[in-house]
Amino acid sequence: MRGNLAKAFQLTNLQVFSRAPLPRSYSDFLGRKIFLGLLTVQGLGAFALITLGVILNKFNAARSVMQPRVRHEINRAGVSLLPMFFFVALALGFLVVGQTVSALAKVGATNYLGSTMVIVIVRELGPLLTAMLVLARVGTANVIELGTARALGEVEALEALGIDPVHYLIMPRVIGMALGIFSLTIYLIIGALASGYLFAFLQDVPLTPGDYFKQITEALNWLDFVLLALKTVAFGFFIAIVTCYHGLAQPLRLDDVSRVAVRAVTQGVVVCVLVDVVFIVLYLVT
Amino acid sequence: MNESHFNPAVVEMCGAGIIASRDSLLTVMKNVNWSVAPGEFWVVAGQQQSGKSDFLMTVAGLLLPSAGSCRVFGCETDAFGEAQMAERLRVGFVFAGGKLFNQLSVAENVALPLRYQKNLAAAEAAQVADVLLEMLELTPFADTTAANLSANWRQRVALARALILKPELLLLDQPLGGLGVRHRHWLLQFLDQLWHGHAWFGGQPMTLVATTDDLRPWRHERRKFAVLNEQSFSVAGGWNEIASSASPAVKELLTEPAGATM
Repeated sequence: MRGNLAKAFQLTNLQVFSRAPLPRSYSDFLGRKIFLGLLTVQGLGAFALITLGVILNKFNAARSVMQPRVRHEINRAGVSLLPMFFFVALALGFLVVGQTVSALAKVGATNYLGSTMVIVIVRELGPLLTAMLVLARVGTANVIELGTARALGEVEALEALGIDPVHYLIMPRVIGMALGIFSLTIYLIIGALASGYLFAFLQDVPLTPGDYFKQITEALNWLDFVLLALKTVAFGFFIAIVTCYHGLAQPLRLDDVSRVAVRAVTQGVVVCVLVDVVFIVLYLVT
Repeated sequence: MNESHFNPAVVEMCGAGIIASRDSLLTVMKNVNWSVAPGEFWVVAGQQQSGKSDFLMTVAGLLLPSAGSCRVFGCETDAFGEAQMAERLRVGFVFAGGKLFNQLSVAENVALPLRYQKNLAAAEAAQVADVLLEMLELTPFADTTAANLSANWRQRVALARALILKPELLLLDQPLGGLGVRHRHWLLQFLDQLWHGHAWFGGQPMTLVATTDDLRPWRHERRKFAVLNEQSFSVAGGWNEIASSASPAVKELLTEPAGATM
C-alpha cells in the first residue's frame, strides 16, 4: 500500500528537480521542463496502473464501507451537477447549435445538419466540455481534499488501520468520475440538441422537429455510441487519476495544497486534450 | 523446540536503520537493536526531532527500515502486505494529535476500522463502538465531527479507534502531548489497565510502547525505558536505572522544561 504509493512518487521525485539551481541557459531550462514532464508522465502511469490493479483486485472488498462511498462520489461527480449541466446545455444549444442550424438553413445546407451536429456536439464539444466542467468542479475539490488529508496525516492513519488508501480514497473517486462524466455527457448532448432546435425554431428556421432529429439520428452510427462511452469513461478515469495523484501520491504540507491544485488542474486539461486526440485518431482510422 | 517458539518477541529490531517519514533519504537513527517481550510496557524518550515518530512508524511497518530488520510478531515488517494483514492488525497505533478523519463523526471514526476489516454494516459496528465510546467517556461526543473536538478528546478518540480491532501491541506516539492534567491522569491510568489486562480484552495483558519527550509522568518500577539521542537508540532499563543515569540527555528528559507546567 504505502510502498506502492511511495514507488509511484519516487519514480518522479519532482522536488529534487524543482529545488535544483536555476538553469544557466534557455536550453537547460527547456531540457529541465521536458525531463520533468516525462517524469510526471511516468509517475502518472505508475499511479494509474496501481489504481487499476486495486480496482480489479479489491472491487468487492469491504462492500459495506465502499458502496456508500462510491454512491457518494457518483452523486458528487454526477447527480449533484445536473442543475449546472441543465443550464450549460441550454447555453450550448442557444449559442452554438441554434446559430449553426440557423446559418446552415440560410445557405440551404440543412442536409449537412445531422453530420455537423454529430461531429460538433456528440463527438467533440459534449464530452470535452463535460470533462472540463467536472474537472473544474470536482477535480479541484479532489486535489484539495486529498492534499489536506495527506498533509494532516490521515493517509498514514488509514495505513495504520490496515486500510488501503488507494482502495478507500481513490477507487470511489475514479468510479464516480467515470460514471458521472459518462452520464452528464449524455444529458448535455440531449439538452444541447433539444434547446438548439428551440432556438432555431424561435428564429423561424424552416425545419420541422421530425426532420431535425431524423437527420441527427441518420448521421449517428454504432461507432459514435461505442467511442462516446469509451471516451467519457476515459476522461473520468484520467481526470480522477491526475487529481488524486497530485493530492495523494506526494508528501505534502498544508501550504503546498493550493500550488498542487493548480498544477493538477492544468495537467488535467492537458490529459483530456491528449485523450481527445487519441479518439479523433480512432474516429479517423475506423 | 526452544522457548522462543512459545513466547516470541513482540517486536525485534536487529541493526535497524530508521528513515525520516518526511524524507526517505534521511536516516534519523542507525543500528537499532531492541526486543520487546509480550506484556511489557516500554517508554521511548527523546527530545523534539529525535525521530520518535519515525521510530514508532517503523515498528508499525508504516516505514521500512533502511538497514537491518524489524520483526513484529515474528513477521518482517517490510513483508507486510495483504497476506500479512492478520499480523498487521495485531498492532494498534495512536498518532500524536490523533490524526482523526476530520469529516467523520467520532462514532464513525471509531467504527471505521471494524467496518472495513470485518465488512460490517454500520449498525453492527456501532454496537461494538458504543461500548468503547462508553468506556473512554466519549458517548456525549459520538455525533460530533472530529474536526470540532479539542486535543484532549481527539487523543481519546484516536485511542478508541486503535483499540476497536483489539490489538495485542499498542504503539502510542506522544500520547500525553498537549493534554490537560485531568486527561493526562486518566490516560495514564487507562494505559495501566490495558497493560495489566482490561476486562474488554478478556483480561489479556497488552504490550505497550509509548514515546515521550518528558519522562516524569511515566515513573513506574515495572515500566522499561529507552532513550533516543543523537541518532542512536539505547535501552536504559527500569525507572531506577533511568533516574540514576548520569547521561545529560536523560537528565534533560527528567527535568521540567523551562516555562512548562505539568
